[in-house]
Amino acid sequence: MNDLGNALIEVANPGIANSFQDLGRIGYRGMGLAVSGCLDPLTARCANALVGNPPACAVIEVRARGPILAVKQDPVRMVIAGPLTAKLIRTDGSQHDVAPWRSVTLDVGERLQVGVLTGKTAYIAVSGGFATPVQLGSRSLYQRAGIGVAITKGLEIPCAGVSDGDKEFSAPPWSHDDGPIRVMLGPQDDHFKAESVAAFLANAYTATEARDRMGMRLQGVALAHATPAAADITSDGVVPGAVQVPANGQPIILLADCQTVGGYPKIATVISADLPRLAQVKPGETIGFAAVGLVEAKQALTALEARWKQWAGHIIDESAATDTDDESDLFQPI
Amino acid sequence: MRLLPLGDTAWTVEFGDRVDPALHGRVLGLLDALEKAKADEEFVGVVDLVPTFRSLTVCYDPSACDGARLGETLRNLAEKAGAARREGRHWHIPVCFDDDLAPDLADLAQAKGLTREAVIDLLTRTTFQVYMIGFMPGFPYMGGLPAELEMPRLSTPRQAVPARSLAVAGAMCAIYPWESPGGWRLLGRTPVPLFSAQNEASPSLLASGDEVRWRAIARSEFTELEAAAARGGLSRDSLLVKG
Repeated sequence: MNDLGNALIEVANPGIANSFQDLGRIGYRGMGLAVSGCLDPLTARCANALVGNPPACAVIEVRARGPILAVKQDPVRMVIAGPLTAKLIRTDGSQHDVAPWRSVTLDVGERLQVGVLTGKTAYIAVSGGFATPVQLGSRSLYQRAGIGVAITKGLEIPCAGVSDGDKEFSAPPWSHDDGPIRVMLGPQDDHFKAESVAAFLANAYTATEARDRMGMRLQGVALAHATPAAADITSDGVVPGAVQVPANGQPIILLADCQTVGGYPKIATVISADLPRLAQVKPGETIGFAAVGLVEAKQALTALEARWKQWAGHIIDESAATDTDDESDLFQPI
Repeated sequence: MRLLPLGDTAWTVEFGDRVDPALHGRVLGLLDALEKAKADEEFVGVVDLVPTFRSLTVCYDPSACDGARLGETLRNLAEKAGAARREGRHWHIPVCFDDDLAPDLADLAQAKGLTREAVIDLLTRTTFQVYMIGFMPGFPYMGGLPAELEMPRLSTPRQAVPARSLAVAGAMCAIYPWESPGGWRLLGRTPVPLFSAQNEASPSLLASGDEVRWRAIARSEFTELEAAAARGGLSRDSLLVKG
């Protein structure tokens, strides 16, 4: 349904802390390059699906104040997935509310002014994906090393135009699994007192304001290392989801932009099925942990995949049902 | 040797718990064996290999393979691989030791009761081994620093270490690929970029298993080479020791 037209979007305002992300930069971790990619790849995949894109298309990840995007050439379709709204600004200056989980088609000259998000993570997808230059196999921004294109004022981004009119696709909001965050113990759970491993699994930990794309610091019952010397290790490999505990006993969960090696012992590692959930934990909220094995981790991933496919099956073409659905007109003049 | 799960997306094959050339030899042996075997069906789903001083982390896509089976395959391979000496590349990398590029050189020399020239002489006579790349893209952790030059990190780290600074801490030597905060002691600067995102096949200049020697250069050559590098006109081949 998307033409491979030469549509163009311009960044009228970059907002704060937004970045292009995709499935990440695979194959370079041995050279010290973070894997990067979407913090919540499931919600990003929802956004892509709502504009007809495959999961690998680059999206804009929003964690604070969203950007303002102006269409320069050819109509495009955009959507927001996550707890975030926007305004569509028409060429005549009129403003219309844009809800998430429902695509909009923007004509040349129209702008999407994306709102503000506190503590959570949302995604903007566009027809064809934000086609910024690929660097080392990915469009993801890895800010620490300046790899990948950053969102800056005036940046022009190619994407695919649409020629099927004002079609609108919508779906119910995706909701993550709930319950404790599942972890696999290790690789250095033996660097902690047995009662501290039990305490880690028995107590709730509060997400703090100290968080970025590299990691999130938690606060709660301090975890004691087996000996003072056990608080440091000769650096070994780390991955997103690893829960490292420095000498102060407060856990840090590593996220997509984390380093590739680290010198703190890791008491446990969040399983891949639950990693996207961490992007939606606001500072001040608490999380609990439950230990699982590799078999349960695989089952969780298979179940999640099935549930996502079921969600995608609920995407509907709103414009095809206009006669019966009064809510299909989502542009309510203000 | 221990096989440790790093969640459901990676295994860490651990050969020991310290910095030790013999342990690192085993890491390189397994890395070599894996790079030769990675096209085999049993390694489908492996996405990244991260060698460190004492371990090799094998990252995999849990939806593309069976993690438990991959772990067993790795364990068998690690037991068989031994410490086959990996033939790393030998680099001769120019470094300028002028005072303004080496802000900690005079202090280190004084603390160790050496002259400035003696420190430079020790550095340039030593062959350094690249243990691993980490901390930031292209950052090489190198062993081999003569004991006479060992000193702890600065008690107050710098806010901004200039890019391409040659630095030492404890028994380690490194180069900062980019400007970044850091607590290592700065003893010189190279005009050679350590990481180039334009080089798709091999963005990092150095790799685990490589050997490095420093070549002292005058300021004029530093300036020339820095300008050449900025134009993309500094070939990596010219830094390799052949034969």
